[in-house]
Amino acid sequence: MHKWTRRGFISTGIIAGGGLIVGVTLPLGHRAPGLAHLVTTEGETLVNAWVKLGSDNMATVIVPHSEMGQGAQTALSQMLADEMDLDWNMVRFEEAPAVSEYANYALGKGFILGNVDIPKVLVPAVDGLFLIASKTLGLQVTGGSASVRATGVLGMRVAGAAAREMLQSAAADAWQVPVNEITTENSHLVHQPSSRRATYAEFATAAAEITPSSTPKFKDPSEFKIMGQKVQRHDIPSKVDGSAKFAMDVQLPDMLYATVQRAPVFNGRIAQLDDSAARKVAGVVDVVKLPGGEDSDGLLGYNQNGDAVAVVANGYWQAQQGLRQLTVQWDNTGNESVTSESIFEQFNRDLTARKGRETDTVQGDVDKASTGAARLVEADYRVPFLAHACMEPLNATAHVSEGHCEIWVGCQNPLGFRDVVADELGFDADNVTVHNLFMGGGFGRKANPDYAIQAALVSAKVGRPVQLIWSREEDIRQDFYRPAVQSRFRAALGENGELLSWENTYVDKHEPIEAPLIPYSVAAQDIGHVASPTHVPFGPWRSVDHSQHGFFIESFIDELATAARTDPYEYRATLLKDKPRHLAVLQKAATEANWHSQLAEGRGRGIAIHESFGSLVAQVVEVTVTEGKVSVDRVVVAVDAGFAVSPDGLTAQIESGVVYGLTAALYGEISIADGAVAQSNFHDYQALRMADAPLIETHIINSGETWGGAGEPGTPVIAPALANAVFDATGIRVRQLPLKNYDLDYRIEETGEVA
Amino acid sequence: MTTLIVNGIKQTVDVDSSMPLLWVLRERLHLTGTKFGCGMAQCGACTVHVNGKAIRSCVTSVASVEDQEITTIEGLAQENDGLHPLQQAWIDEQVPQCGYCQSGQLMSAAALLTNNSTPTDADIDTAMQGNICRCGMYGRIRKAIRTVAVVQHFDPAQSDELKEKQNA
Repeated sequence: MHKWTRRGFISTGIIAGGGLIVGVTLPLGHRAPGLAHLVTTEGETLVNAWVKLGSDNMATVIVPHSEMGQGAQTALSQMLADEMDLDWNMVRFEEAPAVSEYANYALGKGFILGNVDIPKVLVPAVDGLFLIASKTLGLQVTGGSASVRATGVLGMRVAGAAAREMLQSAAADAWQVPVNEITTENSHLVHQPSSRRATYAEFATAAAEITPSSTPKFKDPSEFKIMGQKVQRHDIPSKVDGSAKFAMDVQLPDMLYATVQRAPVFNGRIAQLDDSAARKVAGVVDVVKLPGGEDSDGLLGYNQNGDAVAVVANGYWQAQQGLRQLTVQWDNTGNESVTSESIFEQFNRDLTARKGRETDTVQGDVDKASTGAARLVEADYRVPFLAHACMEPLNATAHVSEGHCEIWVGCQNPLGFRDVVADELGFDADNVTVHNLFMGGGFGRKANPDYAIQAALVSAKVGRPVQLIWSREEDIRQDFYRPAVQSRFRAALGENGELLSWENTYVDKHEPIEAPLIPYSVAAQDIGHVASPTHVPFGPWRSVDHSQHGFFIESFIDELATAARTDPYEYRATLLKDKPRHLAVLQKAATEANWHSQLAEGRGRGIAIHESFGSLVAQVVEVTVTEGKVSVDRVVVAVDAGFAVSPDGLTAQIESGVVYGLTAALYGEISIADGAVAQSNFHDYQALRMADAPLIETHIINSGETWGGAGEPGTPVIAPALANAVFDATGIRVRQLPLKNYDLDYRIEETGEVA
Repeated sequence: MTTLIVNGIKQTVDVDSSMPLLWVLRERLHLTGTKFGCGMAQCGACTVHVNGKAIRSCVTSVASVEDQEITTIEGLAQENDGLHPLQQAWIDEQVPQCGYCQSGQLMSAAALLTNNSTPTDADIDTAMQGNICRCGMYGRIRKAIRTVAVVQHFDPAQSDELKEKQNA
């Protein structure tokens, strides 16, 4: 994959006043010169689109990804700095401004258009998920665990390597020595034979005259000095003393505060609004109606359809007081009778009818396999809707004035936000400036710009800067949810328990397309889906479709192991014998967890493996079930992300992904009653707390395979590993999440459920 | 007019007496390190100290803390000239991810260690039970608290056990 066959991929330019730009930007022409005014200040030379050098030899890496805690800005900086041989202590980084030149979309898409070798795994990330999303091509998305494996490998490393080579050439010219005698170290150029040494900054301008190689040479992993090392994240010191600026920490002169309520039943309209009492509340300045959007579909349907009302006041609390005094009659457009029960009845009906079923994969003949089988195993699995519940409730600060909108927000797609806010206001995108701040959690929710649009519309109405803050209740009830899904399995086993066929039909396919596919060697497979849409808005939720399919697949394979009277680890291992990478990860988790050791009565152990976003994760979970209460004691994780650029960052992401998935598996349930979300805050939409958090041990395998993602792959594996451990402890097969809905006091001795 | 003593400085604010302390700190005193997470004392993001005790400022009316000593994350390090040992431990253990809950986590942990210099794991669980971290950094938070408890209050009788736990 390290081939660049497309000329002009690395473009160069001269900026006013001299100096060098190396743009690893695409696709049409030389765009990088347009960046100069945006990112350079006095005394700095723009060395390329992803790095600038100051006259003090400090390098600033410009990262086209947002920071929501995942540490990608640090990992990406490590990648560029290592290839460029920068002194890590002389590296700063900042987030790229939200202008088109920094669209990471263009980077990925350009590779496709240019017929350049792009890892297959990127195609859904770049082309599917993100393309569906937008009405425009302006995307700067952080999601799909794509930062390191896409922007890092295809952008940061290339930029760093190219910049280094250009500096080497410039020094060779000046010193009149062969370029291959010039070495680099710690932001310096060195010519050993003549004992000459110079800072990069000295040659930054001269390097502008050099034509970059279209194929700069990457370091071999054995030469890495910064990649693969544990480095301190740059953003952490500001996050321990209260100085880190999140979107909600923005305060502007003359700023008002607003809070909002959208139709509780999705897609509802305002039939009648009485705001007279609200307007009498001390501090309330205005009440603003916000019309709902048109029908939008796709994974990132960018706006909610329901109407909303915002109350504007001189403080958030005052605005909330006002909101409580509103009397709204909603027109619920026929959705007010929908419940979770009716949704799952609909799924059941559609799965049975199989109307319009489309296949993801078909191999062999499942009917023939079933006919000759010694045993058939059938099971239905379900997962509920889930909210994201980011710690920082949604908020945005906007100032719309004289045809221009300035907006401060924490989001996963600054360019996309800019374009839709402009669209809603009827402005050109150039008249909207987005300032992206730290996100207090993202998890996919902050890719949807509905909250930014609201802030902009309210500011436009009142003519002053407005910070619009959602209550936690609004945050839980107006999400773009992880969809509720049902999956129906049938498998055929032979005389000795060998797996002959695998059939699966589930409702509603989204992204990534490979999520329901299995790694196991099964001759006959038929995996497909039927459409069964609901009125509940959906969106990407950490690991997207992997979050449900990981649970379904890895629970059902466990049932099959039981039916085959085989150890669940050995059963998987046999079916993965042709997949050495999978097998290594599975074995690592099992070995580190001491899989075959005996556990005490009441304890249980479960295993699961799943590949997502280019990374393989296996987990072994140990539980204790006491009087029906599950305690998750220990989670042993093996992860192969190809190469861990930032090992502690990867470990932290795995820990985070496990806890996020564990919260969902244990407690997570958004239920629909009377067309609206029944839950409202952390008392009824629980999150895992410290006392219930397991010990998590993460073991990294650097296989050297194509580099994968980190932010999401830990999440899909925990639910099935947990459910399988509960089965081991209790004999109760968990086929529906969350686990809190089970009565685990009921203990059956035989594992008869799969008979 | 309500008078508060915030991080050692006397402050007077002209607000409704039932306005929660959280919003007074953030909007009127511009101390934005204290965070809004739930508004009903469920998540702990808004935790501050009132006379050294951890409280949830989102459900504490400003009138109820009149003339009391309030410490926010911005004032946590004051007595230590630099960083509070917990803040340093948070950096050493690379605790924060998104970081939004960490002001509250630190304030809860600091209140715990003030009152109990050698907390057991159960003590830590109890003290931190009101603080949610959606990034799930509980293991790192626990480790950072233990580290500070060990360094500050070294007790040879306990050290082996603690080491074992840390290595566990």
